[in-house]
Amino acid sequence: MSGVRQTVRYTEYHPRWYRTRVSTWWWLSRWPYLKFILREISSVFVAWFVVVLLLQIRALSRGPQAYAAFEHWLQIPVIVLLNLTAMFFVTFHAVTWFNLTPRAMVVRFGGKRVPDGLIVGTNYAAWAAVSVVLAWFLLRS
Amino acid sequence: MAETISVEVARYSPERDTEPSSQRYDVPLHKDWVVLDALNYIKDKMDGSLTFRWSCRMGICGSCGMMVNGEPKLTCATFLSDYAGDGSPVRVQPLRYFPVIRDLVVEITDFMNKLQSVKPWLIRGDEKAVSEGEYLQTPEQLDRYKQFSMCINCLLCYAACPVYGLDPVFIGPAAIALAQRYNMDSRDEGAGERMDVLAQHEGIWGCTFVGECTKVCPKHVDPAGAIQQYKLTATIERFKSFLMPWAAGNSEMESAK
Repeated sequence: MSGVRQTVRYTEYHPRWYRTRVSTWWWLSRWPYLKFILREISSVFVAWFVVVLLLQIRALSRGPQAYAAFEHWLQIPVIVLLNLTAMFFVTFHAVTWFNLTPRAMVVRFGGKRVPDGLIVGTNYAAWAAVSVVLAWFLLRS
Repeated sequence: MAETISVEVARYSPERDTEPSSQRYDVPLHKDWVVLDALNYIKDKMDGSLTFRWSCRMGICGSCGMMVNGEPKLTCATFLSDYAGDGSPVRVQPLRYFPVIRDLVVEITDFMNKLQSVKPWLIRGDEKAVSEGEYLQTPEQLDRYKQFSMCINCLLCYAACPVYGLDPVFIGPAAIALAQRYNMDSRDEGAGERMDVLAQHEGIWGCTFVGECTKVCPKHVDPAGAIQQYKLTATIERFKSFLMPWAAGNSEMESAK
């Protein structure tokens, strides 16, 4: 990309004007802003679950003793609380992003734009299908 | 005497004041009156010094955008009766995030420059001679950009966008939606030129998808959608230019039409 940098330019001739500074706490002023910030923060918890998964794989590769220690670690109340919080935020992450999908994704079929509800619905259906398959794997024994 | 409603209007005189104050007026509350009617009543009958922009009073000129009780609104389409009842005054303030020139009038040159920077007009590689006739377009091709063409430049989306408030170099929702309006037009060949401006940090990548611009848009333009869709296009183009440098250009944009 060539560097066509944007700058803020106002009219050269102007009287004195008034500008307000945006408060550091702008995101607390309205619920949609707070929801946005929570959605952004949720990615930290997504990363946390990735770390847990990596630790689990490492424990698994080190044998039964290491895996038992890992399971014991998972039962520490602080870790349980952290994982429950992470579960809440990961669900929030998935739901909010699924609901935003139709804004970014324009699918045309037979010359017409596929309705938003169908795009969101397909996402949820895929989520449910993957969950069912995983549940079958985990619970079949 | 008819029922009245209190309107609390932001006042700022650059000659006198160091910061805005608010002034309260009691205006008649008619069922069919909008906030703009109240402002015009104040200016005509109560205080001729009140300054604000308006023109068409029917939601098409885009000049009467203001903050009403903290929300960006077209004052010609915001009914006073929706705010009556709880006894608290209707707060009318200038559009957020813009410098205030006087009372309810904001300085918008920054937006005008940004709008121009995305070249919101049809760009052709080679112009057809007039004798060859019009550039034809099917209803389906029209449908691809029509939503974005409804923008009236009222700037409510900028007043809803915290990114623009925190970092005013951001090109902003309306300008990007209007760039997309021409990018998606089958008659246009300027997508590559616009990409230089759009696909940079101050362009689409500044957007964090708060999504409020779409919610406040009085014409249902969906600028947040336009920006996210363009992020996808820009990413595909970037990968293509890595993988197939010889095919770089606006092939992706053209195939989308």
